[in-house]
Amino acid sequence: MAKRIDVSGLTAYYGSHKAIEDISMTVEPRSATAFIGPSGCGKSTFLRTLNRMHEVTPGGRVEGKVMLDNENLYGSGVDPVSVRRTIGMVFQRPNPFPTMSIFDNVAAGLRLNGSYRKSELNDIVEKSLKGANLWNEVKDRLNKPGSGLSGGQQQRLCIARAIAVEPQVLLMDEPCSALDPISTLAIEDLIGELKERFTIVIVTHNMQQAARVSDHTAFFNLAAVGQPGRLIEIDETERIFSNPSVQATEDYISGRFG
Amino acid sequence: MNDIMVDKTTDLASAPQTSTLRQPSTLRQPRLPAWAPIGLVALSILLGCGIGVAAGLDSKIQWGLISAVLLVAITFALTAQVEGRRQAKDRLATSLVWICFLLAIVPLASLMYGTIDRGSKVLDGAFLSHSMNGVLTTQPGGGIYHAIIGTLEQVGIATLIAAPIGLLTAVYLVEYGRGKLAKAVTFFVDVMTGIPSIVAGLFILSLWIIILDFDYSGFAGAMALAILMMPVVVRSTEEMLKLVPNELREASLALGVPKWRTILKVVLPTAIGGITTGVMLAIARIAGETAPIVLLVFGEKVINNNPFEGAQSSLPFYIYEQWSLGNEASYDRAWAAALVLIAFVMILNLVARGIARWKAPKTGR
Repeated sequence: MAKRIDVSGLTAYYGSHKAIEDISMTVEPRSATAFIGPSGCGKSTFLRTLNRMHEVTPGGRVEGKVMLDNENLYGSGVDPVSVRRTIGMVFQRPNPFPTMSIFDNVAAGLRLNGSYRKSELNDIVEKSLKGANLWNEVKDRLNKPGSGLSGGQQQRLCIARAIAVEPQVLLMDEPCSALDPISTLAIEDLIGELKERFTIVIVTHNMQQAARVSDHTAFFNLAAVGQPGRLIEIDETERIFSNPSVQATEDYISGRFG
Repeated sequence: MNDIMVDKTTDLASAPQTSTLRQPSTLRQPRLPAWAPIGLVALSILLGCGIGVAAGLDSKIQWGLISAVLLVAITFALTAQVEGRRQAKDRLATSLVWICFLLAIVPLASLMYGTIDRGSKVLDGAFLSHSMNGVLTTQPGGGIYHAIIGTLEQVGIATLIAAPIGLLTAVYLVEYGRGKLAKAVTFFVDVMTGIPSIVAGLFILSLWIIILDFDYSGFAGAMALAILMMPVVVRSTEEMLKLVPNELREASLALGVPKWRTILKVVLPTAIGGITTGVMLAIARIAGETAPIVLLVFGEKVINNNPFEGAQSSLPFYIYEQWSLGNEASYDRAWAAALVLIAFVMILNLVARGIARWKAPKTGR
């Protein structure tokens, strides 16, 4: 199921602006890796290069290699659509499809990619909603619109939608930043369960969250405003938060930054 | 500071009247009573009519304008005296807005009244189900069946041509268009929006009838109508597609859905209500075009169900034709046809609203 990601020498641009420069790291399978760092340092951009969503932005382009097990995502002849089927993504703001019911939202990825029998879909939807800890809250109103749920429920609906297509890797771009502490807790618990099956990469501004949910943590920073973001260090979360090898990381984590 | 506050509140509580007299509150100010606006309207209408009668003005419009000016002046002066300058400006703006609203309503209401009043005279089942075949133009009788058929067919064909092209152009501009080609398309759509209907008619006339040597037909008219309709559809669809949040596109793409399917299954369904409304309004716009019909469809008194061969009629053409005959019976027919045309456009608008409401993204819990 889960796969390892090996990034080497990755540089990403928006038009002529270099957003991140020369990033190399390894994301371990069946674990959660957190990206922390100040705003604008390229965490989200880097995350989006991992499933080729970066090039959806006008002017976005990438240099370098991203190996998923032994395949380069940016190799010639690689279809970005199949990359995104393998590497799912959850966004900062919950974005359920407004024209679809809760059921259809979860089934969207499957339905839009091929045909399934009704009973098969029912099973997958139930499994995904249970996987996202949402089943008990919505099982009686699967035909109601997804946009009628609360923010936290919508975000879990989006997670259910993402895991319904059975990706190898799940990327999460600040999934809790728009949520209250209780919903955040629900999603953090969920990440703990999901990392048994998927490789998880999460961008967060909340360092406690990074410490709680992740096995590895990567710290990003940029030299100055307008400069491209860089990876400062990546290590086991415990090490990063207790005894980081770079002074900048310690400054950032202890709040003495800038 | 605290002491003063306490002092003041106890003072106010114990003797409110005397304290407001002695020390006017900064939060309460004298206000005109709630009925003042209505009273002022009544007063200025009375005054306006009085001045109108006294000065011997014939036109009721002059009476109304005098009342309007009086209303603005009296409201401003009185409010400035009682409530102060800021409130006076507020009421000045309010009364101006109301007067402008009424000025905009007057022509619409009088048009509706005039059309219904004069159009309902001969409008009945027979009028809707008969053509002008064999009817003497100076005699009452006859009907608009042939014109309704013509309008429905011409507008229908025009929509079948213009709606898909317009829709796909808008999808191209919003979802795919980058660089010079998209800019050029946008520019030409803008230019097309400004094409007068007679020019569209002349274009088809010279191309279809003179150069390609086809005959006059409903289809030729429909092509000219399609030219007029296309830019309207492109513009409204473009705006609606731009309103679809980018997050939805990204959410779909991140599920591994190809771009064309994302557009087809996520973007278009989200915007379908607005797109339908835009198409309906474009249809309403071309349903009333006369010039291309005069040039290309030529007009006909008998029923011609075939839009691809021979002259046809249409509602706007029928109105023009009957009015230019210049007798009492044809005037009545023209008004009745105008009423039918307005009703047709109104029904289209209502249908568009209904669809927009029905298809709007649901928010209910």
